[in-house]
Amino acid sequence: MPLNEWIGLLFILAAAPFFLAGSVGLLRFPDLYCRLHALTKADNIGLGLLILGLMIQSLSLADFLKLLLIWLLVLLAGSTAAHLVARSALRQGRKPWERR
Amino acid sequence: MISALSLFDLVLIILLLWLAWHLLSARDLFRATVLFITYGLLMSLAWVRLKAPDVALAEAAIGAGITGALVLVALGRFGEAESDEAEPGSLWLRGLVASAALGLFALLGWAVWSLPTEMAGLKAQVFERMGESGVENPVTGVLLNFRAWDTLLEMAVLFLAVLGAWSLGEAEEPSMPAPGESLLALVRLLIPLIVLVSGYLLWLGETAPGGAFQGGAVLASGFVLLLLAGVRPIPSLMGWPLRAALGSGFALFLVVAVAVTGGSRMLLEYPPGWEKGLILLIEGVLTLAIAVTLGVLFAGGRPPASPGAGKRGEKR
Amino acid sequence: MNIVLLYALTGCAIFTVGLYALFTRRHLLRKVLAANVAGSGLFLVFIAIAYGTPGERPDPVPHAMVLTGIVVAVSATALALVLAVRFRAVTGRTSFGEEEEAKRDEEPGASSVKAPDDKDGEGT
Repeated sequence: MPLNEWIGLLFILAAAPFFLAGSVGLLRFPDLYCRLHALTKADNIGLGLLILGLMIQSLSLADFLKLLLIWLLVLLAGSTAAHLVARSALRQGRKPWERR
Repeated sequence: MISALSLFDLVLIILLLWLAWHLLSARDLFRATVLFITYGLLMSLAWVRLKAPDVALAEAAIGAGITGALVLVALGRFGEAESDEAEPGSLWLRGLVASAALGLFALLGWAVWSLPTEMAGLKAQVFERMGESGVENPVTGVLLNFRAWDTLLEMAVLFLAVLGAWSLGEAEEPSMPAPGESLLALVRLLIPLIVLVSGYLLWLGETAPGGAFQGGAVLASGFVLLLLAGVRPIPSLMGWPLRAALGSGFALFLVVAVAVTGGSRMLLEYPPGWEKGLILLIEGVLTLAIAVTLGVLFAGGRPPASPGAGKRGEKR
Repeated sequence: MNIVLLYALTGCAIFTVGLYALFTRRHLLRKVLAANVAGSGLFLVFIAIAYGTPGERPDPVPHAMVLTGIVVAVSATALALVLAVRFRAVTGRTSFGEEEEAKRDEEPGASSVKAPDDKDGEGT
């Protein structure tokens, strides 16, 4: 395997803990708002590392741009969706969790 | 490496079965719908794994995306959290259905099991004559040339679905809170991109996975997004332009099918040298027709006859 | 057991589960979901068999058929959902059959039948 594939693999592996952390947060956090936080933050960085790894592996400009576009679109869609979920939860009168 | 891949397959299969079971037995219908969307996305992963990228694209866009949105909106229109299932009391009946289903599974499993391991399929015929199809992507070649008949009838089915939905009533406004500024900003940004990606998929279909269905589905998601964001359609387009767009796919396909007939050529047998142009023309119109059809089906009925609606061509 | 057989048998299992749910679940939206799941199981059998044909690339004919199937499924689903919503608006019920019995137990009187009629009157 050429060097760039190894480096790419390293980045892809580095992405895994973020997805894991996001999933654990989704399952373990006390309320909707915290879960949204865990999900979006961890996934955005995890996906970023994953995309970076794939870019390094492919080394082609067309793939590079397409992958970049995918990342940006997921960032946008993810943050908007999280915002909409949180807003509708707030409107329904769901109180954010507080440590007691 | 092979064992790692098999492990992936195994995990995927277990997830698919688990999701299929849980989405159909979930008490809460909203939960069931979300699981269904997840199921569709994982299914498209299975299509990728089985080297069917065309199908994967269509499944992700249509199977998970559009169908999921359709069910969610229908759930909203059903109203009330009446989703809790009062399980049918008759355990006896359920047992009967379950044993019949098990018997069917055994029968189907046996049929699949006893299939010859090396089936040629129609692959050899397709690849042998790919040169005559006018395109390079074999799936597009089959869809728009070798078995264009199927696709023609499929357009008829889409058209009939719209006729059915329209004959039942006018589209209801989805009862949703006003869209926030962030959603509108996203829509403004996404719509041009969606149009671009849809055209790209359409063009790509000649040589690589993609084509009219995938492009049309992506474009339809743009319509869905607009409807969800509360953007009202332009009233003057809701009269005959909408109806023309809905019928265009089937109509043009039919016209081409008949027009190429003559001499020794049969229905839908494109004259040599014309294949690529004709396929591109049909696919271009099909993309728009599929997108408009899915968008209209999402709206759930014929456009309401508001006072400001287009006056001409308003057939009711 | 090879991959093709594994996926094809999974497709059979999903089809059967979908069919079972189609017959036993009563809520109309659940029936629509069940029909979709059953259909996707069928597609899985097709694609698995296409993958199993000898050679590098899978057979494109089943792929084209499944693509057609997905589009037909979504249009049928959309029509079924419009019908279901209409059925709900007219009758006030979410399933066919003897559901009234269950309803009558909860709330005696014909109120559950009347209210939706009013709603429909406003709608049209």
